Amino acid sequence: MTMQEDEPGEPLVVLDKVDKWFGELHVLQDINLTVHRGEVVVVIGPSGSGKSTLCRAINRLETIDKGTITLDGEPLPQEGKALAKHRAEVGMVFQSFNLFAHKTILENVTLGPIKVRKKSKAEAEARANELLDRVGIGHQASKYPAQLSGGQQQRVAIARALAMDPKVMLFDEPTSALDPEMIKEVLDVMVDLAKQGMTMVVVTHEMGFARTAADRVLFMADGQVVEENTPEQFFTNPTSDRAKDFLGKILKH
Amino acid sequence: MHVVWDNREAVALAFGYTLLLFLISGVLSMVLGTFLAALRVGPVAVLRLAGTAYVTVVRNTPLLIVLIFFRIAGPKMGIKFNFVDITIGDVRLNNVFTACVVGLTVYTSAFVCEALRAGINAVPLGQAEAARAIGLPFGGVMRTVVLPQAIRAALPPMASVQIALLKNTTVAGALGVVEAFARMRGLTNDNAPERISLFIAFALIFVVLVEILSLFANRLERRWRIA
Repeated sequence: MTMQEDEPGEPLVVLDKVDKWFGELHVLQDINLTVHRGEVVVVIGPSGSGKSTLCRAINRLETIDKGTITLDGEPLPQEGKALAKHRAEVGMVFQSFNLFAHKTILENVTLGPIKVRKKSKAEAEARANELLDRVGIGHQASKYPAQLSGGQQQRVAIARALAMDPKVMLFDEPTSALDPEMIKEVLDVMVDLAKQGMTMVVVTHEMGFARTAADRVLFMADGQVVEENTPEQFFTNPTSDRAKDFLGKILKH
Repeated sequence: MHVVWDNREAVALAFGYTLLLFLISGVLSMVLGTFLAALRVGPVAVLRLAGTAYVTVVRNTPLLIVLIFFRIAGPKMGIKFNFVDITIGDVRLNNVFTACVVGLTVYTSAFVCEALRAGINAVPLGQAEAARAIGLPFGGVMRTVVLPQAIRAALPPMASVQIALLKNTTVAGALGVVEAFARMRGLTNDNAPERISLFIAFALIFVVLVEILSLFANRLERRWRIA
């Protein structure tokens, strides 16, 4: 809710006429999107609508076939060191957590700062402990990922991404693999993050989160952005039939 | 059993050759096999093809033919190992021994490559993606995240490959290295009535050697187990 009263910040992530095909399937069709600094954009839509692909394209875990993506005015590098550098500036949280299974929680969080940011071990650990405390995992730093619950693992994954001091955080269905009771603990961390002014792109099915934390809702279907609106407008008064149909299906329970 | 005991020095020397063949070929095959696996999972198409071709040709050829190639056909084509002649006590490592080491290495490395590749494939793609997402370059992703986990997953098939190598060294006995199998054949020729007990004695020694190897592998597996 940070930006609602303020002027929107300067453009941070800009997608311009982005197209992508998986073989015959046109998964991203002429996508235009500008995410401003401090803004929280929530992307929702049915399975296979291209929303995860959109999210992953922003740090080039998926390549695009046409169009451009820029971060802070810089176009995405194609490969190599420059791409690695770009990715260090973009935090990513995955549906399946993807914590490094052979490393402790603390090592998971310090790996990037030490190997990529070249921080000292002591400095990286101090910051990691601070972040782990913030997400409520401070007392489990010496455990391995498999010893933690899904919700705890996902909170560690958020801490791991934050440890790189990213300009923007991408969340690719962060709660879809979680038990219902663990969803809240992860969403709470994300809402806090949003309040603190982090720029976020969140792909999710959590409509509650979209309502409370989003500055803008992007509705995607069949590779296209069908509707773009404030959460309030979108949920109470969707304009497109596709969105009405989708909301009718998921809100009727 | 008294035949084995009476010839204990010769038997010990023979198993010494067996172990030397195994240890040298084992280490070399792991080095060459790792290199081949890197070719096969790497991003360069030509190298991937080269790695695949090597594995296809070598893995599909019987070991005896590979060894005969280096022992008999090789020298005629100019692949000679006459420069090797090392004597340590009673042990003499000559061109015949070297040809067998090369043959065993060439053969085993194809299997090492595939065991390692199985390990790499067993690491979920998300691990590499997460490593890339925090800004690690390709080399860093492999070194710090993928390979440490791949080696754990590759350990059981790798142990099988090395156990097979230990037993495959007996093929070198047919080609002029007086290792355990060749010594056993010599002893059975000279002591025909003791044949059965000789077979059993040599088989038992192999069982013990392989058991030591698999105990070692099990310990590594336990130590590297994740959490």
